[in-house]
Amino acid sequence: MLNDVTFGQYYPVKSFVHNMDPRAKIVFMIAYIVAIFLADNFFALATAVVFLLFVVLLSRVPFGRVLRSVKMILFLIIFTAVLNLFFYSGSSSYQPLVDWWIITITYESIINMIFLALRLFLLVMGTSVLTLTTTPVALTDGIESLLTPLKWIRFPVHELALIMSIALRFIPTLMDETNRIVAAQKARGANFETGGLIKRAKAVVPILVPLLVSAFRRAEDLGDAMDARCYSGAKGRTKYKKLVFTWRDLLGLLLLAALITGIVFLNQLGGKFEILSYFL
Amino acid sequence: MEAVKFENVKFAYREDDETFAVNGVTLSIEEGTFVAVLGRNGSGKSTLAKMINALLVPTEGKAEVFGLDTASPENTFEIRKSAGMVFQNPDNQTVASIVEDDVAFGPENIGVPREEIGRRIDFALDAVGMQAFRQSTPSRLSGGQKQRIAIAGVLAILPKIMILDESTAMLDPKGRREVMDVIKKLNKERGMTVILITHFMDEALEADRAIVMHRGEVVMDGTPEEIFSRADELETYNLALPRAAYISKRLAEGGMPVKGAFHAEALAEEICASLQKA
Repeated sequence: MLNDVTFGQYYPVKSFVHNMDPRAKIVFMIAYIVAIFLADNFFALATAVVFLLFVVLLSRVPFGRVLRSVKMILFLIIFTAVLNLFFYSGSSSYQPLVDWWIITITYESIINMIFLALRLFLLVMGTSVLTLTTTPVALTDGIESLLTPLKWIRFPVHELALIMSIALRFIPTLMDETNRIVAAQKARGANFETGGLIKRAKAVVPILVPLLVSAFRRAEDLGDAMDARCYSGAKGRTKYKKLVFTWRDLLGLLLLAALITGIVFLNQLGGKFEILSYFL
Repeated sequence: MEAVKFENVKFAYREDDETFAVNGVTLSIEEGTFVAVLGRNGSGKSTLAKMINALLVPTEGKAEVFGLDTASPENTFEIRKSAGMVFQNPDNQTVASIVEDDVAFGPENIGVPREEIGRRIDFALDAVGMQAFRQSTPSRLSGGQKQRIAIAGVLAILPKIMILDESTAMLDPKGRREVMDVIKKLNKERGMTVILITHFMDEALEADRAIVMHRGEVVMDGTPEEIFSRADELETYNLALPRAAYISKRLAEGGMPVKGAFHAEALAEEICASLQKA
């Protein structure tokens, strides 16, 4: 049952990465993704891999735990990679390895596939390091803080953050409720385990309807409770939790700047296909 | 001083309603008293409660909280600051995933400075005995603990009145006891005005004053002892006696010479005394 504090995949240990400011971590992750796509040859990409391994080590999250998040989209990675292998349309300076029907495999397409798979892999690993080391609450606070400038264009930053944190808060409650409804429907002879796809999809309706009704009732109750506690929007509101940017965050961002500089520098060594000239 | 004053208050949920959920209630509650409001489902007791902190506004008549008319919107904020309300379902009142963040919600709303919010969280969690759970997540707590957090969330606003709208109804006996202990302590030690809406007669015994509502009207009003000595009248409003009172009444009817006792201890003594005589 999904009854965790930290719904999601937060891994509760204390580490340098865990203690970083969520804002710094979000910026960090976005910059890392950019860096991955900047990397244009194997040296640059290898640097990004080493960097990621270093961060995982620093976060004290077991490596297997980080890998598990990749497992979920492994199929997607393989699928994209294979499509790329077969249908790579770039020009090739070598004889095609396979040229059959609409499928052409060249040395370049193999390189391209490896590159793409590695990038996707790093992308997913990078984002899961963020979610593994940051509680959803901290993540919400971070997003709210980062979006603050948007208040100038009347974007409802506070409301959005409140909606997100209330949604997070209600996930375990609604999970429990779902389990109760499933049990109640089973007790009346509902069958969720057998039958074809359509039959199973239909079986979900008697779960969803009561769940939706109860969610609305809860929303109404919560509205009353918020009113009673003097909620009246963002105006005149103070905030108890304050995010603090520390030396850790500065150090982390400096490290990241070094990575990007390194990647840009290594990119000068040549494009990704140049490696072929060493072997062929 | 009068904390709450109702003058011939009527309330209908819809304009075209023939019947009023609250039908002509005149009532005043002194500051510092512990009042229990009793009644069957649909007797109007929850509607009455919601009119005290301006969640509902009287259709007719006048409701005042510390002299402020609940009908004028500019008073709403002040009224809600002085009259806090805890609701029935412990799961539907928390806004945050961490206890201290939830308790901070009220003070944040009224614009309390950050350092002061920290002190208020300390105070509120100490008052309900939940300081150890400051960093916990509400969904992992028991029902009684969740309600104590809800009470702390209201306390952090520093209200003078605490309204509990059937806040013990969904709890197990242990949770009910926890909540009752907290509100009794708040009443005795801090002089907090407590308005407890309940259908548990035993809870009403712990109050200074009990009010019985029936079909939107106040039909009985007095000390719990006075109310419960009128068992026959209570029965016409479909209300039962507290357990001990019921047992002593039946014993007396059966010929055992026990005087009316309302609490279990008193009843036990009465029974012992009468057995010794025999």
